[in-house]
Amino acid sequence: MTKNINVTLKVWRQKGPHVKGGFETYPATDISTDMSFLEMIDCVNEQLTLDGKEPIAFDHDCREGICGMCGAVINGRCHGQEKGTTLCQLHMRHFSNGDTIVIEPWRATAFPMVKDLVVDRSAFDQIILAGGYISVNTGGAPDANSIPIAQEIAELAMDAAACIGCGACVAACPNASAMLFTSAKISQLALLPQGKPEATSRALAMVNKMDELCFGNCSNERECEAECPKEISISNIARLNREFVKAGLVSVVK
Amino acid sequence: MNGLTNPMGTSVGKKLMMAVTGLGFCCFLTIHLAGNLTLYGGKDFFNSYVEHLHSLGPLVTLAELGLLFFALIHVLTGMLLFYQNYNARPARYSVNKRAGGRTLGSATMPYTGVILLLFVIFHLMNFHFVDKTNTTTFQLMSNAFASPVYIFIYTFAVIIAAIHVSHGLWSAFQTLGANHPKYTPFLRGLSIVFSVVIGIGLGFIPVYVSLLR
Repeated sequence: MTKNINVTLKVWRQKGPHVKGGFETYPATDISTDMSFLEMIDCVNEQLTLDGKEPIAFDHDCREGICGMCGAVINGRCHGQEKGTTLCQLHMRHFSNGDTIVIEPWRATAFPMVKDLVVDRSAFDQIILAGGYISVNTGGAPDANSIPIAQEIAELAMDAAACIGCGACVAACPNASAMLFTSAKISQLALLPQGKPEATSRALAMVNKMDELCFGNCSNERECEAECPKEISISNIARLNREFVKAGLVSVVK
Repeated sequence: MNGLTNPMGTSVGKKLMMAVTGLGFCCFLTIHLAGNLTLYGGKDFFNSYVEHLHSLGPLVTLAELGLLFFALIHVLTGMLLFYQNYNARPARYSVNKRAGGRTLGSATMPYTGVILLLFVIFHLMNFHFVDKTNTTTFQLMSNAFASPVYIFIYTFAVIIAAIHVSHGLWSAFQTLGANHPKYTPFLRGLSIVFSVVIGIGLGFIPVYVSLLR
């Protein structure tokens, strides 16, 4: 049943990286419960623009839960309280008339503030650049299925590859650790034959880069897998740990 | 990438050191509990256990040095991790809610750890670094637990230890890469059972000793 509700937003506003930010309160009136959370912010922004105020800056792109651009902490929960959804797929039907909704950006040293709810997540790109790829010679396309891969392994690799790099794992981690992201990227390649030749150097390079970027240390709090919109499992973190032990302590790489 | 220091200095390396030393302490707790259970066999049985243990001589010293070495690694690495993790998020959220991952144990690891360190020093001052020429270990215990303050401190510290290992045990396996749908639920359950056994087993001893008087 569609109905319209009124909610109050307490939004983190910050003009830029080195300016002091704070919460501002805005009413969101006559919001259809069919709207997504981002559409609700669009409505508030239209009103703010009409009032001659600066609209709330937030990241978004596909708005269908697959790109990983959107994300904010809603009442203390990354992407809101619904399990396995991105912020754009969180709908206003999950809120009640009269609710006060606190909206904060991802908070981590490695994700510096850009503006309001927008943070710079390029640290993730740097982790990928450090080794989240395979090196393939150009040439004719190889035959499909020329390398047999067991169905179970393919499924595990696919589960890890579902990571959209939204940063919710870092935002949800009490230590702001990027282990779930890094482990998903390491896993999707380490599981498959194409990723095996570089598995050793990849594990070392990606972990070292992650530390260098000032992400915290994983302490197995499991908040990341609970908040991940793609429900990536911490069994990937255990796989990263195994890959790291293999690479750091028993491999031929010096 | 040279030597052992480089991989061990990374975040994963530090966690591996915490896991290995932590598992060592879990083994120690088990042995300590098993030994202390001889109390329920009576005063003489307990004193004879203590004598037998100390008659091992250099082996005991070796074990003590090993535990001291493990403690140094565990405490120093833990403090470094705490400092780094704080720096990874100096700006806190104004609303904090758990998504279902955090437990009492996991959320309090650094704090329960510091309390345990202080307790271990206190405990060693009570029973290790004392003159035992004219007394028995049982007598020392009996004297100590005559005071309700000592009973409270010891019982409280054991509960803290139980909370610490309730996260620590399964977490160590996860860090060592042992995660499988077949046994991870078992390990998580085992952590809880282990912490309850340690909590009740060691926590009841001060009360029992005071009742014996």
